[in-house]
Amino acid sequence: MTDNEKAARKKKIMHAVMWVVLLLLFLCFVAPFILVVINVFKTKADITSNPLALIGKHGFTMKNFPEAMKKMNFWRVFGNSAIITITSTILTILVSSMASFVIVRNQKWPACALLFSAMVASMVIPFQVLMVPLVSVYGGTFGVLNHRLTLILMHVGFSVSMATFMFHGSIHTNIPLELEEAALIDGCTRWQTYWQIVFPLLKPTIATVAIIDAMAFWNDYLLPSLVLTKKELYTIPIATQAFYGTYSTDIGLVMAALLLAMLPILILYVFLQRYIVEGVTSGAVKG
Amino acid sequence: MNKNTLSYKVKQFLMFAGPAAVLFCAVVIIPFVYGIYLTFTSWDGISKTKPLVGGANYAAAFADTDYWHALGRTAIYSIFAVILINIIAFFLAYLVTSGVKGQNFFRAGFFIPNLIGGIVLGYVWKFVFNRAFVAVASAISRGNASSLLATSGGAMFCLILVAVWQYAGYMMLIYVAGFMSVSDALKEAALIDGCTPAQAMWNVTIPLMRASFVQCIFLSITRCFVVYDVNLSLTNGEPYGSSVMAAMHVYRQAFTYKNYGLGQAEALILFVICAVVGITQVYIGKKGEVAA
Repeated sequence: MTDNEKAARKKKIMHAVMWVVLLLLFLCFVAPFILVVINVFKTKADITSNPLALIGKHGFTMKNFPEAMKKMNFWRVFGNSAIITITSTILTILVSSMASFVIVRNQKWPACALLFSAMVASMVIPFQVLMVPLVSVYGGTFGVLNHRLTLILMHVGFSVSMATFMFHGSIHTNIPLELEEAALIDGCTRWQTYWQIVFPLLKPTIATVAIIDAMAFWNDYLLPSLVLTKKELYTIPIATQAFYGTYSTDIGLVMAALLLAMLPILILYVFLQRYIVEGVTSGAVKG
Repeated sequence: MNKNTLSYKVKQFLMFAGPAAVLFCAVVIIPFVYGIYLTFTSWDGISKTKPLVGGANYAAAFADTDYWHALGRTAIYSIFAVILINIIAFFLAYLVTSGVKGQNFFRAGFFIPNLIGGIVLGYVWKFVFNRAFVAVASAISRGNASSLLATSGGAMFCLILVAVWQYAGYMMLIYVAGFMSVSDALKEAALIDGCTPAQAMWNVTIPLMRASFVQCIFLSITRCFVVYDVNLSLTNGEPYGSSVMAAMHVYRQAFTYKNYGLGQAEALILFVICAVVGITQVYIGKKGEVAA
């Protein structure tokens, strides 16, 4: 055997070992989800007696799902989460891309410089510092809690600095000034130039911001739990928490509720997996 | 139209940045400033008056032993979690960039925990620790094992384990980007010059990936320091309040015990600690950065 063949063989063995290690780690990572899936089709007694068995003594059951759906008011909370996530994401994209356009193109204006530096500095503030005054101002002084719109606008306000920062970088490096000048010469106003020339060119950044923010809004618990206290306004995370508080002993139902809470985003992940992984990576590396 | 007049500039600014500026000020700037004012009052959350008490809340915060215990616990939790998250994430990134079959599948798979909110993850793991682990332990010991979550050390272990599981996949993606940014030519040059693969990794690849390390450590520190969702659903501070992290303590101080001023003062202290640690880390990390 030549040295080359030896090296190739060694590499092959190494890859096989790595693959096995990866597979084992992967199984560890998904094991909790698999356990939930196994147990969701078992009766309460079977889960308690042996949570690891594939099929319980009482056999396969589908009963947990409809009951959990009814008790959690699943379609209602799913709708709430969807409306809030979609509206907040769209608003964040519109509002912050517009802001970053005027900031990048007029860096000498004091208002632009001030707004941008305030936004960048604010990114280190954790939500815990803002939650008490937020509840005090909007719950006490204005009394606007328990409206979906309040939560949506708050979501936008909290995510606007990060999003503006990302659009800022993208406009700064990717949109040539000549393009805008040409549009201006052709008679476009700044407003038209933005919507017809600049905004369409921001597509990759729009996708990144949409993915990062939509996931954050969908999964957020603390802010929605402070803003929405009425049952009919609950989002999925709050409803899951409330459900667990009431039915924690009925473990079959809990399994179904948890799976229901995870399913929408997992289904989406199957189809958009590549975009989500790319979006999160580019968002993290730029941010 | 003259583009140098003030009214043109104001109009342009308001047209494009107006909505963002208003919302940003309404939910970040005003609450932040107002929050600082609240720390000097003894507001109970209900009454209309907010009596000024000077620095009493800060004195109370420094005397609040529960708060300092929670902070200490958060520091221990963060140290273990940050180290483990980054070691595992780096290792995973190394494996999924080595060219094995199905590496995109694995990348996507390790990221799955990040898709799901902390509340749901906490309950999933609560089931795993309370039922599945107990079943395994009972089968091994042939007796009745108790749950890890029932002891204070065990609860801490569980919180760290879940944090590592939750964030390793996310940090892995950043390390993957770091690995890809180091050009193969540099690694090959090192190997031709007589480096072993381990030496090439240690002396060439890792120093060039410094930015990824700085960023991952910053992200994991800032996330671990204000952990709340998983804390709430997995342990809810139990057993006997021994797993209450700083963020949960602040929440309870304000919203459960209605000491809004004190809670806000404690939140501000948490913020200052978090910011100092995060910025110092970035400063030290950036100082030694090298470029190829």
